[in-house]
Amino acid sequence: MESFIFYLFAVVSIASALIVVSHRNPVVSALSLVLTLFSTAVLFILLLAHFIAVIQVLIYAGAIMVLFIFTVMFLNLRDDALSFDARGMKLKLATLFVILLIVGYFSHLGFKKGVLLLISQSKNPIPENFGTAEAFAEILFKDYLLPFELTSILIVVAILGVVVIAKRRLN
Amino acid sequence: MMGVPIEHYLVLSAILFVIGAYGVIIRKNLIIVLMSLELMLNSANIAFVAFSRALLDMTGHVFMIMALTVAAVEVAVGLALVVAIYMHKETLDIDVLKMLKG
Repeated sequence: MESFIFYLFAVVSIASALIVVSHRNPVVSALSLVLTLFSTAVLFILLLAHFIAVIQVLIYAGAIMVLFIFTVMFLNLRDDALSFDARGMKLKLATLFVILLIVGYFSHLGFKKGVLLLISQSKNPIPENFGTAEAFAEILFKDYLLPFELTSILIVVAILGVVVIAKRRLN
Repeated sequence: MMGVPIEHYLVLSAILFVIGAYGVIIRKNLIIVLMSLELMLNSANIAFVAFSRALLDMTGHVFMIMALTVAAVEVAVGLALVVAIYMHKETLDIDVLKMLKG
């Protein structure tokens, strides 16, 4: 049952990711991206990362996608503005296969070295609070407090940057 | 015990990353390029959480949240730039937007 759910949502996420990069209409691409992120959230639940799955739905599929769809609707792109992709099919396929070749080579190398690392999954019992908000907060606020605080600086910088860009546009 | 081996999650992550990189390279619409970047970041998140499950160590979850924060910030700034560029140039074709002179 678990593997059936995994393969179902893996296929859904790959198919909708292909729609994201190949569809002509940006609105369809944005909605397919929502589908990809939702099926990724299901995979996170399968990986016992319940808190992460909730965060994925709230932030990615909620906040970020609302921003995307709002921008696409706000710009109101005309039909000739949508038909940007006029490059040849041969170039597209060649690029895809070159990337596939490189990634396949490196993942082959990684799997050869990763055998010892991955065996340990079956030996240890799963901790009781694995993936809950409680255990997550314990690690975040004990071991990674400084990176967490630095994130707030990053967000302040982003807010200031967006305000500056938006104000310059009005002048 | 988990029903699905961790390698399958990593292969899914690699496939999604390749699709995202393909979109970044080949698409000419700036908004779609940003969406493909989101796909790539999301595939990295899958790898983080999968390794976290395999090693039973929740550090990967923390890094996934960090990556998600960076993704949100990047989208906010990127879409503000997209709106500013569209107001200025009336196009989002990245082949037109080559000059970084403003």
